Amino acid sequence: MANVPADLRYTKEHEWAKLEGDKARVGITAFAQEQLGDVVFVELPKAGSKVTAMKTFGVVESVKAVSDLFAPLSGEVVEVNAELPKKPEVVNTDPYGKGWMIVIKLDGTKEWEGLMSAADYETLVAAAGH
Amino acid sequence: MMDIPTSLKRTSLRDVHVAAGAKMVPFGGWDMPVQYTGIIEEHRCVRSAVGLFDISHMGEFEVRGPGALAAVQALTTNDASTLAIGQVQYSLLCYPGGGIVDDLTLYRLADDHFMLTVNASNIDKDWAWVTAGGRGGAWTNVSEATGLLAVQGPKAEGLVQRLADRDVTRVPYYHFASGKVAGVPCLVSRTGYTGEDGFELYAPADRSAALWHALVDAGKADGIQPIGLGARDTLRLEMKFALYGNDIDETTSPLEAGLGWVVKPAKGEFTGRVAIEAVRAAGIKRKLVGFEMAERAVARHGYPILKDGDPVGVVTSGSFSPSLERCIGMGYVRADLAATGTELDVDIRGKAQRARVAKTPFVPSHAKKI
Repeated sequence: MANVPADLRYTKEHEWAKLEGDKARVGITAFAQEQLGDVVFVELPKAGSKVTAMKTFGVVESVKAVSDLFAPLSGEVVEVNAELPKKPEVVNTDPYGKGWMIVIKLDGTKEWEGLMSAADYETLVAAAGH
Repeated sequence: MMDIPTSLKRTSLRDVHVAAGAKMVPFGGWDMPVQYTGIIEEHRCVRSAVGLFDISHMGEFEVRGPGALAAVQALTTNDASTLAIGQVQYSLLCYPGGGIVDDLTLYRLADDHFMLTVNASNIDKDWAWVTAGGRGGAWTNVSEATGLLAVQGPKAEGLVQRLADRDVTRVPYYHFASGKVAGVPCLVSRTGYTGEDGFELYAPADRSAALWHALVDAGKADGIQPIGLGARDTLRLEMKFALYGNDIDETTSPLEAGLGWVVKPAKGEFTGRVAIEAVRAAGIKRKLVGFEMAERAVARHGYPILKDGDPVGVVTSGSFSPSLERCIGMGYVRADLAATGTELDVDIRGKAQRARVAKTPFVPSHAKKI
């Protein structure tokens, strides 16, 4: 079964979000990195830029494909993972840890409630995988 | 992630791939393994040890009889009359307008008996093409009955030799021998699509699983791994080998694609000759080049190539090169911008990313040119 941590919330585009006070840390799921294969490049927004829920905030490139990254939540990017340009492969090896992408200072708390729970996301992945 | 259409064709090894943990994808109408452990790891396994590929989706046609050579000569651009029995030739099928129907390898099995190996996605189109118009020879489409495994890498020769009932080390590059490998009757061809030494083994489709398992078992000490189509693509890209449908197609001239070396107008008439010679006389306007990206930015098929902001070409293939750890690609550019070292840009999602025309192959070939 796919690795879907219970304390995170998810989008149908396979991003995860972790609530940290009034901020959220964001990355892509284990399922997403498995589907992409070897990640070789991640393009992220600059700190200070605004992102909007379910709009693209960046791009992840694997050897075989390019894929848009969708912001789970709206707000201001306050942190960007500076290690990813140098070591994009950590998205594959540690998608929920060292492979995090951005931290968003949230515009509000309402959107968080609209994200998928781990259980719902597991159902989605189970359906998509087979 | 999409539902796989049930109409996808399967090689006889399809369940073996699934059991080995392969990620399966639709490719040219076939349900094929794109990767097992990861494209980069598989790529490096082929460059450093030995990799095993199921390429049974490729098509094979045979033509025999007194008219076989004439038919092949009329259809293909290279000169089949120079081919000895036991020799292989890279060649093209072209349209009368000079565009490319397909690229292929041609095997001379006997004086009046040839085999053409064609791209999987083109089998139906090619079969209709070669059998239309009564060009002579008796044609058979043996694609379904033929399994094809590629064993590629510096340890390929030793591995195949250990399982073979004859000396395959003496089979030169682009030659073949008939024999048994692991007890399975094979056509053992010193060819490949990776730039490494190795063989392509044609075997009866119902025996290809036995051959696969024997190679996996015997190759364990060599570090053998099954290799998917993802690494097959990065391996061929590092060699600047064209992929039909990406780099060459019905709109491209062999001369633009750098394949003039397999066009032999002196041999006499063949389909496409007049048009190709007209292009030669007029001079080509664009040329297929290899390029390296300055940054980690992947140029993909269809992205525009720019010079000082103006469109001057298009990317046909692009990826991350596991050997060079840089992004590389191929594309058509205006002929005056094709020289090695020329600075260009690739428009990647609206951003001009620096690229430079590179010497190719991007990495040295280790194919055994004996």
